[in-house]
Amino acid sequence: MEQTAAAPLEVYFDLAEKVRDATGITVTACYQCRKCTNGCPLTFAMDYYPDQIVRLLLLGREEEVLHSATIWVCSSCETCTTRCPNDIDIAGLMDHLKSEAHRRGIVRPKGNPTYAFHKVFLDDIARRGRVFESGLLNRYLLKSGEWKAKLETGTLWGDLRLGWALFSRRRLPLFPHGVMNKQEIRSLIEEEPGAAETEGDENT
Amino acid sequence: MHEIGYYPGCTLQGTARDYRQSIHDVCDLLEIKLRELPDWNCCGATAAHSLDERIAVRLAGRNLVIAEREGLDIVVPCALCFNRLKVAQKRLLNDTDRRYGMPLEGTIQVFDLLDYLSRPNIRQEVRDRLVRPLQGLRAVCYYGCMVNRPPKMTDAPTWENPTNMDELLADLGAEVLDWPFKTDCCGASHAVTHPDLVFELVRKLYDRAVAQGAHCIVASCQMCQANLDLYQERIGRLAGTSYELPIFYFTELMGIALGCRRPDRWLRRHMVDPLPLLRSVGLA
Ligand code: SF4
Ligand code: SF4
Repeated sequence: MEQTAAAPLEVYFDLAEKVRDATGITVTACYQCRKCTNGCPLTFAMDYYPDQIVRLLLLGREEEVLHSATIWVCSSCETCTTRCPNDIDIAGLMDHLKSEAHRRGIVRPKGNPTYAFHKVFLDDIARRGRVFESGLLNRYLLKSGEWKAKLETGTLWGDLRLGWALFSRRRLPLFPHGVMNKQEIRSLIEEEPGAAETEGDENT
Repeated sequence: MHEIGYYPGCTLQGTARDYRQSIHDVCDLLEIKLRELPDWNCCGATAAHSLDERIAVRLAGRNLVIAEREGLDIVVPCALCFNRLKVAQKRLLNDTDRRYGMPLEGTIQVFDLLDYLSRPNIRQEVRDRLVRPLQGLRAVCYYGCMVNRPPKMTDAPTWENPTNMDELLADLGAEVLDWPFKTDCCGASHAVTHPDLVFELVRKLYDRAVAQGAHCIVASCQMCQANLDLYQERIGRLAGTSYELPIFYFTELMGIALGCRRPDRWLRRHMVDPLPLLRSVGLA
């Protein structure tokens, strides 16, 4: 995958086609106007800009894209998708790349809090069909290992204070609500093969 | 009496309890009967669409199937739920290769609550019933991302510069200020995992709102409201200032202007106390 400056950069149609088969999104339509990047609110925290993600996909450099911070920094605000003159669903691409990184076991909950949060969130839905915010946050802190980081930086106390403030305003639910038909929810989630639980990092 | 299906979503049972109460009070007053969708489930939110598109569509889609069975159009107060339900609806109605295995007829409509409450007939009703015009309250409207973008999914008529909340609040007598950040992103669920990103985005919103001369910011999404309200003190401290910008739900301001009983029941659940501002303009 190493590209030297002298190597000719060529479109790698195989990957573009693979992406299109999986998502219906046509990256080859991009003419690099960078409108997506110019409107993106989170470029300041990205390693590759949204237009560069599209470009890297065109060049077949899938590994770099799947390992990028950008896909997890993206907040799915849909500005890029809305504005692309060529109808490329860039936010949809970001989702696709996150799913692929998840499916192939490239990301781990420890070290990627965003991914850890998505995982506990989906687990919560699988459990009762609705999300129970109080329990969710605890499990997230454990699973991501963020409680340690927060303890070290001292931000855990701020979070606890906020939790208390919410609790005293009766905004932290004490008991979970769930759907009645839990079996149906499980079947919605589990039918998909996916590699959701293949990672060996579980100690929570 | 209008009747409409109602999909509250998970946060309205928890952290956004204030939003829920104000919605119920305002709808009671306007004689809109909200019929909660039986056995609704979580729309999947950002987690589902980030990790598995098919699960995301099926989770949100189950609610649409229930709504069709009940014969109910639905209003959705949460911007993210609304967005996920609309996306699921479009995908399921165009599912020619049966990827999702969840047939939908296309017999019901999904409305964002703000859009529903700012329709001409309801705005007329609101003007007729106004008991306490919000005179002296200078507000900027913050629409966020998800009710409008992408318009192909949301069917929003104006997405770069929406005006329905501005018009509704003007009906209520508030002084609505124009500003350039109506639909900018607040960072959404990064608040939990990367607060630094949210702080950066939200600080820009505060600074602009203040520069514009606003007393408060009005939201129609509980994620936006939470990100702007919960961390305001911390963001202010980091920026070496203190903002004191109450963050209202548009339904709370409707409730005040329409004379709902004891608006403090919702308002006291905020982190940035709105009562001093309301008192200063004679509204509390
Ligand atoms: S806006 Fe569309 S065409 Fe322009 S650079 Fe981005 S992806 Fe390419
Ligand atoms: S959806 Fe993601 S990549 Fe696109 S503009 Fe928003 S944050 Fe940037």
